[in-house]
Amino acid sequence: MANTAELTNAEVLGLRRSPAGHLADDFAKGSTAGTHGVSLRELPFQSMVGVRVDPGSDAGARVAAVTGGLPASCGQVVAGPAGLATLWLGPQEFLVTAPADRQSGLAPDLVAALADGAGQVVELSANRTTFELSGPSARAVLEKGCAADLHPRAFTVGTAITTEIGGIPVVLWKTGDDTFWILPRASFADFLGRWLLDGMREFASVEGTPWP
Amino acid sequence: MLLFTCPNCGPRDETEFHYGGQAHVPYPENPADLSDVEWSRYLFYRENPKGVFAERWVHSTGCRQWFNMLRDTVSYDVHAVYPMGAPQPATATTQQKGA
Repeated sequence: MANTAELTNAEVLGLRRSPAGHLADDFAKGSTAGTHGVSLRELPFQSMVGVRVDPGSDAGARVAAVTGGLPASCGQVVAGPAGLATLWLGPQEFLVTAPADRQSGLAPDLVAALADGAGQVVELSANRTTFELSGPSARAVLEKGCAADLHPRAFTVGTAITTEIGGIPVVLWKTGDDTFWILPRASFADFLGRWLLDGMREFASVEGTPWP
Repeated sequence: MLLFTCPNCGPRDETEFHYGGQAHVPYPENPADLSDVEWSRYLFYRENPKGVFAERWVHSTGCRQWFNMLRDTVSYDVHAVYPMGAPQPATATTQQKGA
């Protein structure tokens, strides 16, 4: 079986198509700058590995040594070495993300760390893509379809939750004051991309008018 | 839209959850010893109270963990959320109903 995590051939990598690659022009056109602006772009090919392990077990401790720790409760994101970030999905379920250029090595390292311990390590880089929704109106766009409490008091920078946006299950990760990373599964990327563009339209048309 | 408090994730929309039927229905210790009537009672017969009801729910688009909930089937008030395996917390209404 081909191990997609170990694709290093530049020629093969050049053939990759990201799930929302065909919307890149629309994202650029739909993005607005300014005091009420909001912009959307895809950050394709981020490496992701799904990990299920009991954080209190020996295997959990070995996995934590690779990722720089495991988050303990909902919303926590643990930053690790070399751009690694570990998101809490459940009490024993985590998503390890890394920049696209760290494609190879991450999953094998985690498999080696888990060894024969109870749990699983699954290479999920192709499972989800990453949207970056940013700008002063980013929260207003999200709140059109996400019922989770996104007020900065409740949803602080550096937290990530699993929730729904427009009926699509996503991981929503707040990476900056006005910046959200949205991780939908690849097959939902087209729908969610167009859905977000639709939510962004009003901010393009009322540039300069305060959002009530 | 109801707002349920997941024990792991906090308050979330009802649509993030899935229903798992009545809670506290133990699997028979010796299923082979049961008569067909007793087995059918275990498989198919569930309470349908008007009032407080102990139910199983799973936070399927969140932490994917199961938990129990005491919900009033008339008013939709959620009286308690408690972990799987824990005994049902007593409430005034459940005692009245004898459930």
